[in-house]
Amino acid sequence: MSTPFLDLSRRQLLSLGAASLAIGLPTLAQASIAPSSPAPDFTLKSLDGPNLRLQEQRGKVVLLNFWATWCGPCREEMPQLNKLYEKYRPSGFTLLGVNVDEDSRNAAGVASQLGVKFPVLLDSDKRVSKLYQLSTMPSTVMIDRDGRVRFLTRGYKSGTELEYDQQIRALLKE
Amino acid sequence: MVVIKSPHARSGGLPPEGARAADRQSRIRARHLIRAAGKALARVLGLGSGLFGGMAGTAQAVDLPPDHAEAMLHVYDGGGVRAAGPAVLIRKSLFNKVSLSATYYVDAVSNASIDVVTTASKYSETRQQLDLGIDYAVRDSLIHVSASSGKEPDYIAQTFGVDVSQEVFGGMTTVNLGFTEGHDAVGRKGEQGYFDHAEHWQYRLGATQILTPRWLASANVEALADEGYLGSPYRAARVFGTLVPENVPRTRSGRAIKFRALGDISDWFRGGSWGAGQRHSMHAEYRYYWDNWGIKAHTLEGGYSRYFGDKWLGDSWLRFNRQSAALFYSDNAPVETLYHTTNRQLGTFNSWSLGGRATYEYAKVPGRYDIKLSGSLEYVRFDYQDFTDSRTGKPYAFNGALLQLYLTANF
Amino acid sequence: MSAVMPPFRAGRTVAVLALLAGAALLQGCAPIEPWVQPYERERLADPIMQLSRDTLAERHRDHVFTVREGARGATGVQGGGCGCN
Repeated sequence: MSTPFLDLSRRQLLSLGAASLAIGLPTLAQASIAPSSPAPDFTLKSLDGPNLRLQEQRGKVVLLNFWATWCGPCREEMPQLNKLYEKYRPSGFTLLGVNVDEDSRNAAGVASQLGVKFPVLLDSDKRVSKLYQLSTMPSTVMIDRDGRVRFLTRGYKSGTELEYDQQIRALLKE
Repeated sequence: MVVIKSPHARSGGLPPEGARAADRQSRIRARHLIRAAGKALARVLGLGSGLFGGMAGTAQAVDLPPDHAEAMLHVYDGGGVRAAGPAVLIRKSLFNKVSLSATYYVDAVSNASIDVVTTASKYSETRQQLDLGIDYAVRDSLIHVSASSGKEPDYIAQTFGVDVSQEVFGGMTTVNLGFTEGHDAVGRKGEQGYFDHAEHWQYRLGATQILTPRWLASANVEALADEGYLGSPYRAARVFGTLVPENVPRTRSGRAIKFRALGDISDWFRGGSWGAGQRHSMHAEYRYYWDNWGIKAHTLEGGYSRYFGDKWLGDSWLRFNRQSAALFYSDNAPVETLYHTTNRQLGTFNSWSLGGRATYEYAKVPGRYDIKLSGSLEYVRFDYQDFTDSRTGKPYAFNGALLQLYLTANF
Repeated sequence: MSAVMPPFRAGRTVAVLALLAGAALLQGCAPIEPWVQPYERERLADPIMQLSRDTLAERHRDHVFTVREGARGATGVQGGGCGCN
């Protein structure tokens, strides 16, 4: 005859299991950056000099890309983003590259080396990164003409730019 | 904490039905606990059930190691031993799925060490080693399989290893597991074939943790086991003042544990005159090794590095190693024991080393390739406490130096 | 050895709490967000912050010491063998 485990009945153990799972349930409170929620507004200084505000881009489809010079996949992605920018810009599309380097000179150097044509915004104090709950580098947020977040892409692998292309087309049609 | 009182929650907790029901109850409880633990483990490892799907909403995939090439010239001169040779390494990824690597290493040794000089005569030989490896990335894990073959005129060593490294906790922690197995064929100069063999096993477990945006730390443990001929057919042991062939056990089992910390300390130099505005880093590590031959060793190392402008990087380090002798080690055994060795590698000694390296960034195109040239020089000193230099009668000590000149390229 | 009771009742509550805490801690790794965000890892991405920078150089250095010292292992260098005794 075995000693019962901790003298708990089956029901007590069930509730114990449920309780520990409940404690562990992830706080998916990052739901504020989820598709269909409004994209948080911000104003950042751009590499060229003037400040740029997200709200001013209403009416255009915006691709917001977070990158850094020290992030390999980010650098791989830049030429692809450049192509997309040049392709869809006449149709009411704009691309904002938010750079999170501590030293903006690095951003300027790499941006010119890669021949980046789209506006590069400087977020060295990470304010906007925190606002957008940036959890992967690089990350891309696709915003529609009404300023709502529609697609979220985390990371970059070759082929991701085809997804962006499809998403931009779909949003431009609206 | 939610606890529901059940009708059976009395002092004994056992339902009156009897032993069989109690067995069933404890089995169900065990199942619940195992399931909860399994779910927890799966969550932590990010293997994620559909519901929870990974840590903090990231589907982070680990990258294959970057394509890489290295070419090195290495020289060691110390204690009468001179070993030099080239080494090359190539790593290339295929189809973005696997990364293949190959290393070829040559060691041309000219040995006039104290053992050789006092008990034999100077000799030269060349060792060649070829390593092949495959790296494969699966989501957050990197699997590395390697095989290596080393050949000397009187020794062949083949090893095979697997290492898995897994990123967990949003990429802040990397856990690695590894296993290496080695099979050696031991021969003797002047003889045909191999008179004996040796087998080696190593099991590794480690974790690297990002502590802050500036600091990281790692802990590694390794269990080593060896079996077979673990001595040297050329080495003599001294027993009662006479030289006899050494006799070491045919098994050896050891453990090593190492702690490391590495930090960016640029902020300490921000205001001053030494490298303000440059990146600086420092590292410290400690390893403790012990085995069933009675050897205990403490190894401490610390280093400091900094950039000089955009192109130059300097490193400096200091290493200290202190070891206590194996049980059957003796400089001149006063009693006849089953195992006896006068191999100073197994004796009591301190070793110090001081080194520096300079690296020059020859070319850099971000995202495309970079080429670096490095040169490093390290002075070593070994001080033996219980090994006598029979030429002088004093405890033996020697100085040596390591020189490495190499080129590394990422592409 | 039939139905031997644990000598302390309070032990049951403590054990239950410990179990709960343990499970919560294991699973609780999720609600504890990684405290170093990816965009804060700039310094850690620099070569000066790599634990292992140059493979060949490290292998050679590890070999030089392993061959002369009785201690080995846990260095992060995956070794081949040799008869360098």
